[in-house]
Amino acid sequence: MDFGRISRRQLLQGSAALTLGTALGARSAAAADTTIGFIYVGSRDDYGYNQAHAQGAAALKKMPGLKVVEEEKVPETDAVEKTMESMINLDGASLLFPTSFGYYNPHMIKMANKFPKLRFEHCGGLWTDKDPKNAGSYFGYIDEAQYISGIVAGYSTKTNKLGFVAAKPIPQVLRNINAFTLGAKLANPKATTQVIFTGDWSMPVKEAEATNSLIDQGVDVLTCHVDGPKTMVENAARRGAMVCGYHVNQSPLAPKAYLTGAEWNWEALYPKFVKMMAAGEAIPNFYRGGLKEEIVKVSPYGEAVSAEARKHADDIKAKLTAGDYVIFKGPITDNKGKTVISAGTDRGQKDAELEKMDYLVDGVIGATS
Amino acid sequence: MTSEVAEPADGVAISPAADPGFLQRYGGTIEYVLIPGAALVGALGVFGIFVALFGKSPLDLYFYMYQGAFGTWFSWQNTLTRAAPLILTALCTALPAQLGMVIIGGEGALLIGALAATSAALLLQSAPPLVVQLAMACAGMAGGGLWIMLAGGLRQYRGVNETISSLLLVYIALAILNHLVEGPMRDPASLNKPSTREIGAANMIGSIPGTDVHWGLVFGIVAAIASYILIYHTVFGFAARVAGGNIRAARIVGLSVGKLILTICFLAGAAAGLAGMVEVAAVQGRTNANLAAGYGFTGILVAFLARQNPLAIIPVAILLGGISASGGLLQRRLGLPDASVQVLQGIIFVAVLASDALYGRIGFLKGKS
Repeated sequence: MDFGRISRRQLLQGSAALTLGTALGARSAAAADTTIGFIYVGSRDDYGYNQAHAQGAAALKKMPGLKVVEEEKVPETDAVEKTMESMINLDGASLLFPTSFGYYNPHMIKMANKFPKLRFEHCGGLWTDKDPKNAGSYFGYIDEAQYISGIVAGYSTKTNKLGFVAAKPIPQVLRNINAFTLGAKLANPKATTQVIFTGDWSMPVKEAEATNSLIDQGVDVLTCHVDGPKTMVENAARRGAMVCGYHVNQSPLAPKAYLTGAEWNWEALYPKFVKMMAAGEAIPNFYRGGLKEEIVKVSPYGEAVSAEARKHADDIKAKLTAGDYVIFKGPITDNKGKTVISAGTDRGQKDAELEKMDYLVDGVIGATS
Repeated sequence: MTSEVAEPADGVAISPAADPGFLQRYGGTIEYVLIPGAALVGALGVFGIFVALFGKSPLDLYFYMYQGAFGTWFSWQNTLTRAAPLILTALCTALPAQLGMVIIGGEGALLIGALAATSAALLLQSAPPLVVQLAMACAGMAGGGLWIMLAGGLRQYRGVNETISSLLLVYIALAILNHLVEGPMRDPASLNKPSTREIGAANMIGSIPGTDVHWGLVFGIVAAIASYILIYHTVFGFAARVAGGNIRAARIVGLSVGKLILTICFLAGAAAGLAGMVEVAAVQGRTNANLAAGYGFTGILVAFLARQNPLAIIPVAILLGGISASGGLLQRRLGLPDASVQVLQGIIFVAVLASDALYGRIGFLKGKS
């Protein structure tokens, strides 16, 4: 613990001179070429959204010349502005990853305006021309991976009833539910997805209740879109149901029940960003991609997945990776019978209409409001 | 930072020990500084041991806590920004405490205040900014005030325990907020983060000139001083304290206890409602689920640590603001989890409550003649 010893010496100096704060900031900035700050809204070992980002941060820590500082459980208030400023002022961070959706506007935008020479990269926001040029937003089309999960789930279910524990009926979540259901119906036209919304991103008690209630209704394969899938995965496995994971690979939590899952691949994207910056390339302010761009990935199949399911899923995965497969291909009707994508219309991944999704497709049991 | 609290008091307490009259006059006041100060030092000592058990140096801990909270001008601004809402929400607990009531629903009043303030701003879109801001403040205070008055009224006229009712009202407030934000008041453009429309940049109240700290700090300090004067230097405050001391005696001497309860509860809720208004008008610019950041709950802690004294709330809020400001640095430099700050808050809370038993029992402060 060399670092500890140095700062203790500085503590003694510090009691005499109040200026040590800046001295320390300057020293740590000099120690590494670039300091990168990561900010998480939850805990970084949540087996979910935050852990996925922390895995990306861990990939950066392995690169030479980089120092990574992290802060978890930062609320989406001015606290996150202060955390960013603190990372900039006290740690000398020059690239920041505030990873939660609610950090974007007004907080990160405000900081990007205040520190125009530093770079801010936000996960999930929708960067527009009105936003500062040193700010960017990136996100992945994880519905591609959910579609693969859906195919596997469609083959694996015996009751033809799938379950989806979801946080809020917002476009990103609805898109995952719909992609999962379309995948399942591709594999098994009789499959239906029962969805339960818990109302918020991290509600472990409600998530457990939803899991139990779905299983009580005969659902035998579950997946979810909440910040920490751990509750759903562990409960479902305990009750003998199978699961498809989300955010990160949850197979260590339920090795037997885990079929596959839709994962982020931040450990590939973040080093790519840093290399782009080092090479003097500009990171596009609005950055999106799916399996093809290696922003999302599919968990390795569990032992319960049949050969037939693997073959079909691998086939579609190869097409998605090649970029010549469209998930939201008309005609698609919602679960009230209304046509939402007409016959002959292909809504490709980058179609802005999909970012406004407000319906559940046919085959989903549940309502958006 | 801790020794600064305790040492001056120590110095004062020991040097004039030769003059017993001095202690007779000021012993009580010294006690009020010395005992919580000692409790704080003790809590930090225990926390140091706790951190040492994790293999981190307690000296590093104290150094980083000082640096993160008060070490630089930036750290001070960070601390004060975090303290600002806490002063107002702490008043929501401290004012009813004068009547012997334990109100812990400041969070609910904050949310309702924020909703009311946002509604006022959205209704008055074309008015000049000053009018909008005043209307927001009035609406926020009225909304929060009525919310806590409801808890007071339930206690006075229906015998419902105000602690339970005010706590449950928090969840009702949150449900109302989520319902309005995701339904009738939703800005259709807020796709993945349901929010109301923005109140507009012109209507934001901004920061205190020369700092990053928003005006909420000034509102809080003014409200705390006004509360102190109201409670300790007015007839109304005297009546409240009489009722708090013995509610039957107060009735016998003809005090209108019902009116006192409703008025104090309204003022208490108004303080928390104002905190909600400030969060909207100075930080978020609109209402969404981000507002439920727990300021109302931390305010309870502040009020109890300040022994329900409105003036003492100011330094205690700054202290807790400092602890939360330094929490980030502890995570980044020492690799401690975020929960460690909550552990520290918990230890402080227990230490201060336990130290209550010491009042009037410290021999050298009794001024024996």
